[in-house]
Amino acid sequence: MDLKRRDFLKMAAGSGALLAAGSHPALAAPRKELPPNAVGILYDATLCIGCQSCMVNCKTFNSVEGGALYPQKEGIPYEFPRPDQRFWDRPVDLSSNTLNVIKAFKTGTGVNKDSETDGYSFVKRHCMHCIDPACVSACPVSALKKHPDTGVVTYSKDACIGCRYCQIACPYNIPKFEWDEALPQIRKCQLCNHRYAEGKYAACCEFCPTGASIFGKVTDLQAEAKRRLSLKEGTYQAYPLQTVDSKHTIPTRVARYLDHVYGLAEGGGTQYLLMSGVPFSSLGLPDLPEEAAAAVSEGIQHTLYKGMIAPAVLLAGLVFSAYRSTKNGDE
Amino acid sequence: MSHHETKAIGGRLLTTTFMAAVALLIVMAVLLAKRFGMGLGAVTNMNDGYAWGLWIAYDVLVGTAFACGGFAMALLVYIFNKGQYHPLVRPAILTSVFGYTLAGVSIFFDIGRYWQFYNIVLPWHINFNSVMAEVALCILAYVVVLWIEFTPALAEGLGQKDTAGKLNKVMFFFIGLGVLLPTMHQSSLGTLMVIAGPKLSPLWQTNLLPVLFLISAITMGYSIVVFESLLGSSAFKRPLETKMLEKLSGVIPWLLIVYLVVRFGEILMNGKLGYVFSFDLKGNMFLLENLLYIVPAVLLFPKEKRSNPGTLFLAAFLILIAGSMYRFDTYLVGFDPGPGWRYFPSASEILITLGVISVEVIGYLIFVKKFPVLPKLGHA
Repeated sequence: MDLKRRDFLKMAAGSGALLAAGSHPALAAPRKELPPNAVGILYDATLCIGCQSCMVNCKTFNSVEGGALYPQKEGIPYEFPRPDQRFWDRPVDLSSNTLNVIKAFKTGTGVNKDSETDGYSFVKRHCMHCIDPACVSACPVSALKKHPDTGVVTYSKDACIGCRYCQIACPYNIPKFEWDEALPQIRKCQLCNHRYAEGKYAACCEFCPTGASIFGKVTDLQAEAKRRLSLKEGTYQAYPLQTVDSKHTIPTRVARYLDHVYGLAEGGGTQYLLMSGVPFSSLGLPDLPEEAAAAVSEGIQHTLYKGMIAPAVLLAGLVFSAYRSTKNGDE
Repeated sequence: MSHHETKAIGGRLLTTTFMAAVALLIVMAVLLAKRFGMGLGAVTNMNDGYAWGLWIAYDVLVGTAFACGGFAMALLVYIFNKGQYHPLVRPAILTSVFGYTLAGVSIFFDIGRYWQFYNIVLPWHINFNSVMAEVALCILAYVVVLWIEFTPALAEGLGQKDTAGKLNKVMFFFIGLGVLLPTMHQSSLGTLMVIAGPKLSPLWQTNLLPVLFLISAITMGYSIVVFESLLGSSAFKRPLETKMLEKLSGVIPWLLIVYLVVRFGEILMNGKLGYVFSFDLKGNMFLLENLLYIVPAVLLFPKEKRSNPGTLFLAAFLILIAGSMYRFDTYLVGFDPGPGWRYFPSASEILITLGVISVEVIGYLIFVKKFPVLPKLGHA
C-alpha cells in the first residue's frame, strides 16, 4: 500500500504531538503526603561504630512468628563466611536472609572517621519505607502495601505471585527473592511492625548502643535531623538513644555533617532518613529526582486508562470497523 | 472465515526439523524439572539486581512482539478494510496463537509463586496502579481471543463446518477486541520500565516508552508476516506471494519513519545526544539498534525495491532483529541496578528458551500440515 505525501505529513505531525505529550510534566500523578502517624528511623553515620548489633538483632527478632524473616527452615538464617566456619554471621550485602546490613566506605588510608579524604564511614542499609513506594505501585496483586497510618511498607506472601516487578521497580534494590527455594517468597524489612502491638519498635534501634539508629515519628525524626545540622561542630551534645523521644541520652561530640538529610526529598521522600559526614553517593545511595518514579508511571497509566473511557471508545470503533468490513462476506 | 480458500498442505510430519525440535523439547523438560524442584537459582543466572533475565526479555517481550502478525494484519484487513491481504491473515493468526500462548506458558516458568497466579484475576487483589496488572490481564485475555479467532480453522480441519460458520457471525466483535488488547499491552510492555526510573539508561528511559513499543510491535508484526511467508514458501516449496508482500511492505517504511522521528526527537529534545556518542557499550548498542531500524527503512522506501523477494526478506529480517534488540536493550543492556550486579543468561536458561521456541516450531508444522491455514494453491 502506498501512502501519500499528505499522509506522511499527518504522521509526522502526530509524532510531534506524541513527543510533546510524552515530555509534559503534568503527566505525573500528584505528590504523595506522609501518612498521619508515619514512623521511621533516623540513622546518623557519624554516630555509628559499625558494631553490627543492629544486624544480629534484626535477624533474631525477625525470625520469630510474625517477623519479616519468618518462617525459616532452621532457626535464624545466618550467613556464615564458609560452611565449615559456623561462628559468626557475615553477609556481604542485603539478601533474602539479611534485611539490614552495615557497610563500610573507605578512602585513601582510611583513618579519619566521617571524612572524604583518607577517611571512612559506615552506612546502614535496609528498606527506606518510601512515601510513594515504587514496589507498592508496581505489585500487580497488592502483595506489597503501604500502611495507611504508619506508612510501613509490608509484604504478604499469600498475595504474591513472584513476578519480581518490585525488584525491577525499587530504586534501592530492597526486595529480595529466595532464588534457591522451590517455593520462594520476597523478603524485605517491615520495620518490625510485628512488635508494635507489645509496645516495641524496630529491633535495630532498640539494640543500637550509640544512638546511631533511632526510631520514632517521621516528623519528629525530621526535626531531630534539622536540630543536629544546627549544632556546632566539636561541641558535646545530648543525643537520644533508641527512640527520638527517649529520656536516655548520651553526650557525644558533634561531627562535621554534610548539609543534607537523605530521604527528605529523594524519590518523593522516605521514612528512613540518613545523615552523614561523607557524600551519600559514596555510601552507595542513589541520586534520585524529587519526583517518585511511581508517580510518573501512574501518571501515564491513569492518563491512558482513566475510567477505561479511552479503551471503551476505541473498542467500539474497532468493533464497528470490523463489522463493516466483514458483513459482506460469510465471515 | 474467508472469501479465499485455505487448505492443509499435508506431507510427512517427522522431518529432521521436527525431530530436532522434539529433542530440544526433551532437554527443556529435564531442566524445568530442576527449576521447579530446586528453585530459579538452580538453573538461571538471575539475581536480586537483575531480577528479570532472558525469559522475560525473549520469551515474553520478543515472543509476543513476533506474535503481533495477527494484530497487525487484523488492523490492516478489518480496520482499514484492505481485504486484498486476507490470505495472509490465517497464517498470521496461527503464529500469534502460538507466540502468545507460549509466552503465557513461559511466564509460569519464570514467576516464583506460580501456584498463586490466579490472584491476578481476583478483583480484591488487583492493583490498578500496577502496569504489570494491566499487562498480565491483557495478555491473558488476548490469548483467549486469539484461540477464538483461530477456532474456525480448527473446526474446519476437524470437519465441523457448522461451528465455524456460527462463530464467524460474531467474529467481528473478537476481531475488534483482538486489535484493542495488543494495542493496550504492547504499549504497556514499554510503560512497564518507566518505574525503573534511573536504573534504566536515559537512552531508553522515557515517558514515550509505550508509544515506541507499540509502533515497533506493529512494525514487527508486518515484518514477521513477510518473513514467514517467504520462509514458508521456500521451505514448503510453494510459489512466493511476492505481489501481495510487495504491497504490504509499503506500509513498513512509513511506520519506521514515525518510530525514528519519535525515538530521535525524544533524544534530541531531552539533550541525551551525549549518551549516544559516549562510545561505551550502551551508546554503541543504541547506535546499532537504530541503524538496524534505518537500513530497512532505506531498503524498502523505493517502491521498485519491494518487488525483490531478497530485499524484502532482508528488510523484514533486519526489522525483527532491530525490534528484538530494542527490547533486550530496554530490559537488560540498558538496565543497571547498581555496582556489583552482573547478568548473562546461563546455558540452562538458554536451553529452556530454545525449548519454548521448539514447541512453537512443532505446533506450526503440525497445524500447517494438518489444518487449513495456508492459502489453497492456484487460488490466492
